[in-house]
Amino acid sequence: MDIVSVLYEIPIIGLVFQLIGYLITIFPTIAPIVMQAAVPIAFAALCGVMCERAGVVNIGIEGTMLVAAFVGWAAGVYLLPVLGSQPALAFGVTPSLLVALGLAVLSGMVVALVHAWLSISVRADQIISGTIINIAAFGITGYLNALISRTSPTSAGRFTSFTPPEWLTSLPLVGWLVNTLIAQGPMVISLLVIVVVFQIMLFRSRWGLRVRAVGEHPRAAETVGIDVIRVRYRNVLIGGALAALGGAYLSMELSQSFQTGMTVGRGFIGLAAMIVGRWTPLGAFGAALLFASSVGIGQSIRIAPPPGDLGSLLGALPGQFFDALPYLITIVILAGVIGRSIPPAADGQPYERESAT
Amino acid sequence: MALPEAPEVVKAPALEMRGITKRYPGVVANDGVDLDVRPGEIHALLGENGAGKTTLMNVLYGLAKPDAGEILLDGAPIELSGPADAIAQGISMVHQHFMLVPVLSVAENIVLGDETMANPIFLDRKEADRRIVELGRRFGFEVDPAVKVGSLSVGWQQRVEILKALYREARILVLDEPTAVLTPQETEEIFAVLRRLAGAGHSIIFISHKLYEVLEIADRITVIRRGRVVGQRVPSETNEDDLAELMVGREVSLVVDRGESHPGEPVLRVEGLRVNDDRRQEALRGVDFEIRAGEIFGIAGVAGNGQDELVEALTGLRKAAAGRVKLGETDITGWRTRDIYDEGVGYVPADRHRFGLVLSQTLADGLVLTSYHRAPFARGIQRNAAAIDEAAQNLIGQYDIRTPSADVKAGTLSGGNQQKVIVAREFSRELRLLVLDQPTRGLDVGSIEFIHRQAIAARDAGTAILLVSAELDEVLELSDRIAVMYRGRLVATIDAREANKNEVGLLMATGGEARAEGEGALTA
Amino acid sequence: MRARLRRLWTVIALPVLSIVLAALVGAVVMIFSEFLVRGQISILLPVNAYVALISGSIGSPNAIINTLVNATPLILGGLAVGLAFKAGLFNIGAQGQFLMGALVSVAVATQFRTFEPGFIGLLVALAAGTLAGAAYGFIPGVLKAVSGAHEVVTTIMLNFIAISIVAAAVSTVLDVPGSPSPITLDVGTAALPVLIGRNGHIGILIALAMAAVISWLLFKTTWGYELRTAGANPEAARYAGMSPRSIIVAAMSMAGGLAGMAGAIEVLGVTHHMTSSYGTTVGFDSIAVALLGRTNPLGIVLAALLFGGMRAGAVAMQINAGVPAELVGVLQATILFFIVASSVVRRIFRLRAVGPGLDEATTITRTYGGEVKA
Repeated sequence: MDIVSVLYEIPIIGLVFQLIGYLITIFPTIAPIVMQAAVPIAFAALCGVMCERAGVVNIGIEGTMLVAAFVGWAAGVYLLPVLGSQPALAFGVTPSLLVALGLAVLSGMVVALVHAWLSISVRADQIISGTIINIAAFGITGYLNALISRTSPTSAGRFTSFTPPEWLTSLPLVGWLVNTLIAQGPMVISLLVIVVVFQIMLFRSRWGLRVRAVGEHPRAAETVGIDVIRVRYRNVLIGGALAALGGAYLSMELSQSFQTGMTVGRGFIGLAAMIVGRWTPLGAFGAALLFASSVGIGQSIRIAPPPGDLGSLLGALPGQFFDALPYLITIVILAGVIGRSIPPAADGQPYERESAT
Repeated sequence: MALPEAPEVVKAPALEMRGITKRYPGVVANDGVDLDVRPGEIHALLGENGAGKTTLMNVLYGLAKPDAGEILLDGAPIELSGPADAIAQGISMVHQHFMLVPVLSVAENIVLGDETMANPIFLDRKEADRRIVELGRRFGFEVDPAVKVGSLSVGWQQRVEILKALYREARILVLDEPTAVLTPQETEEIFAVLRRLAGAGHSIIFISHKLYEVLEIADRITVIRRGRVVGQRVPSETNEDDLAELMVGREVSLVVDRGESHPGEPVLRVEGLRVNDDRRQEALRGVDFEIRAGEIFGIAGVAGNGQDELVEALTGLRKAAAGRVKLGETDITGWRTRDIYDEGVGYVPADRHRFGLVLSQTLADGLVLTSYHRAPFARGIQRNAAAIDEAAQNLIGQYDIRTPSADVKAGTLSGGNQQKVIVAREFSRELRLLVLDQPTRGLDVGSIEFIHRQAIAARDAGTAILLVSAELDEVLELSDRIAVMYRGRLVATIDAREANKNEVGLLMATGGEARAEGEGALTA
Repeated sequence: MRARLRRLWTVIALPVLSIVLAALVGAVVMIFSEFLVRGQISILLPVNAYVALISGSIGSPNAIINTLVNATPLILGGLAVGLAFKAGLFNIGAQGQFLMGALVSVAVATQFRTFEPGFIGLLVALAAGTLAGAAYGFIPGVLKAVSGAHEVVTTIMLNFIAISIVAAAVSTVLDVPGSPSPITLDVGTAALPVLIGRNGHIGILIALAMAAVISWLLFKTTWGYELRTAGANPEAARYAGMSPRSIIVAAMSMAGGLAGMAGAIEVLGVTHHMTSSYGTTVGFDSIAVALLGRTNPLGIVLAALLFGGMRAGAVAMQINAGVPAELVGVLQATILFFIVASSVVRRIFRLRAVGPGLDEATTITRTYGGEVKA
């Protein structure tokens, strides 16, 4: 009788040990799935960081993602007959997919522009502005989707993953890491690059310093000659592009179709990830992984449940429990962390130029 | 002490502002203002709050465009389209409310907007640090560029602001009320720095409303009242009364006659009070004192030495970690705010915008904010609008609050009138203890006079009054007994008649301890 | 008389003109999307659509009854969101609270399905649904009060969780054995009595009564004053001796109760049962109603009637003019956009003295971090 079985046999606490053991064993297998589930959340969180570090609260990330998801798919549908589907280079990139992606990013920036205008120039309440965007996004994408669906559309396909050579993935320790990070589609990989670049830029570059100053004390930034309004507009637009990538990922890489409301709250989970990650790109990414892990775990339990008591316990839970798991975990972590996570000081406060005269 | 007289040849002005006029809706902030500053001169701009000093400097700094007039640098007219322009021309401003980002380091704050770069994208931290340390040394202080500005004392933040200006090789420095939050000792130190700067050829514009300081540091004084220049003086040819009359336009009694106090039984007794701040650190380290009915007990001290925590503990807004507070014979330690008020405690808070009023509510609501729940303003859960209105009308008349009606939003009133609302509300209640926290901050002379008179009247009516103020003059003027708060303890309690301003100032700055660190070192 | 009319105009001008502008934008959207998808330009399309929309909402006695029935949950939902707004909280969780109210009241009502007199079962079910909604509003309220977790994120999470709870409950415990897809029993005698027409149940009266009650509570009582003060300036509220923490919890619970009541009324008055995929747009609609109604009970009632009418007419619009009902969501958002960006409206119509836009009337954004002091 080894130590592990002994621990597992303890009446109630044993279940906890069983759970930990189970999680450890499935970890390498679910890592790629977790990574994929984390992508939209991470992009949403990065959009949040980009906006809020400059002092603009963006609740409309969900709507932005939804619009980009729709535009990416719909543009692909209409570009397919025009640009053809010659697969080129790698990642299943075709001309129609590429152009559709570009349009999706553009659409995200347009949505972001609306929010930016309402929040920065009109100086409306930023949460109300974001909510309007969400309502509008739901409405317009649902409406257009209903129209398009009547014409039996064919999608332009999707981006495919890179397949690294066999010898690389079969390496003992590194293998699953390669599988998780590199054997993925182009958007997953670009996420990793963006996180690193963003983190470095925010804390070591002149751009990052000015952004942080604007988000903490815009008046001080103005008095040293920084154009607060321009910095905020720029950041919100870039944020829109990031959110668009997250949305496009859903309809162009993870799947190749669009459903009404397919973002199912990932935009908001992204906000939670931003808070847990203390408004840093790296932290937001880590938090996104944390929230996404519940998706991986839920899937794994359904497909290959743990043996023994734990398995029967989990099997008794209705399937919907695992659907709700990501949202439950978000609440729990948010409530636990929030008190100690401090946003940029001027976050959410409309700014009036002193030199406006 | 002003610099020795300049040689007979008067130097050409480094900066000249001619005929500056600036209008805002409903008010002419600057009306044909002329100002000239010579190289190496410390020129004081004196005026009341709202006289137009800040507007004039905003024009100089490019934050506002004048409707008329011109600015000349070394005789040549310049156009300023914004602060970046002004900085490029060598004009730098140190603002009254520090323009520093607390979470960024000293170096980051200093280079912001004019960053020292290693390449087009990334900052050159080493070089920036080096330059900053060298600059500090040149003017007499050691600075650590990596410290977060938020953890610096106010005096040191002031120095960082000055370094910001020097880093950009400013020739003309504008300092807006630089000594508002400094102790007398820190003020002396800053003055030493300013004299060195002037000696090195920089021109300095020193904005203030403090008469004795202006007389001490300035080479010339320009007085502004209601947007116009009403006089220019040289310190050796004028005095405080002359300047005060120029500033206000009439003879002003600078000191309200306090009269004799006739203290009665102790109303407030504080024993061994210990209170933690928001960071769970001890801000109040065991404080004992008592206040008797009919006396004003003033606590002097630099902001941030525990006064906020003391006031919050007394009013139930913060839980004490240890100790007791007694009101008369009743132990009110740990009581809720509502119950403490109901026991006869009134509170005029320091931050009237944040605490004392709800700016989006009406004046009438503001006048009953602390008693809306009691008769006659409410019966059970139902509010009595008529009673509230009646009380509001009475108070508006009694306290001369300037407003078209009781139904205007509190946010539309001037600062002085807002404070009058709070004063009217609290002073008109039946009180045993009245807590006044910075009651006249940022107000004009007339309002200050009014509130001081009210306080003395309340004292004479038998109320015990606790006065907390960073304005040493106010404490000296109103209090019957004075205590000095330093690092969470009351380090001295003096009878006001024996109080000496310099002594008290010294206690505020050092707490009576000998200076442990060397002069000019950074106190985090 | 002239002065009175002018004052009335300044108050309603902005909403009315925003609706007009939104209708124009909607028309452009319809024409443009028709062109994009089918390559034809049909100028008449918006005309047909709006005619169908209007006739479906007020064009016949049946339509009017439909409008009132659709407006009922919106009044309560709008009150739920508006009450929270006044307390400085953004209750996006109306949907989840609605669902929980519906679920619990169905569960209780089916126990009373043959009980006579029916109104007892009705009252018990209604109360149970309201309490369930209140409990579901209590959760984010207490989380915010104790840990500072921002209610925007927590309520949206709870919305999705509620969907799962409903699906799970209806599929397992409440499911009628032998039914092809998960569905509960009918509520039987516990249903809301019908007042007029085929389905004009008395829920509308309950909703209007609640609007009056909330109005009284907010503006005539000390409790309402405390709520509004805590919403406007929580620090001043503390200074004044109030307890923002308990106000937050109470406000969210009350808001949840109102939304739960809406859910209970929908289920007891309209559908009479529940399926596992019971869907509703009430969540977002309530927010739109609250914002359009400027968070005041009277405004909310009017806005609810407008949006209720739009929902009622949307079905007709889809059937008769072939325009997907989702367009209503677009119209709603556009109306809100113009209300928020009131300066645009003012410039277009060259107005001068128009009532304050939303930006001046409501600002509730507060940052995420930090505790709420007691």
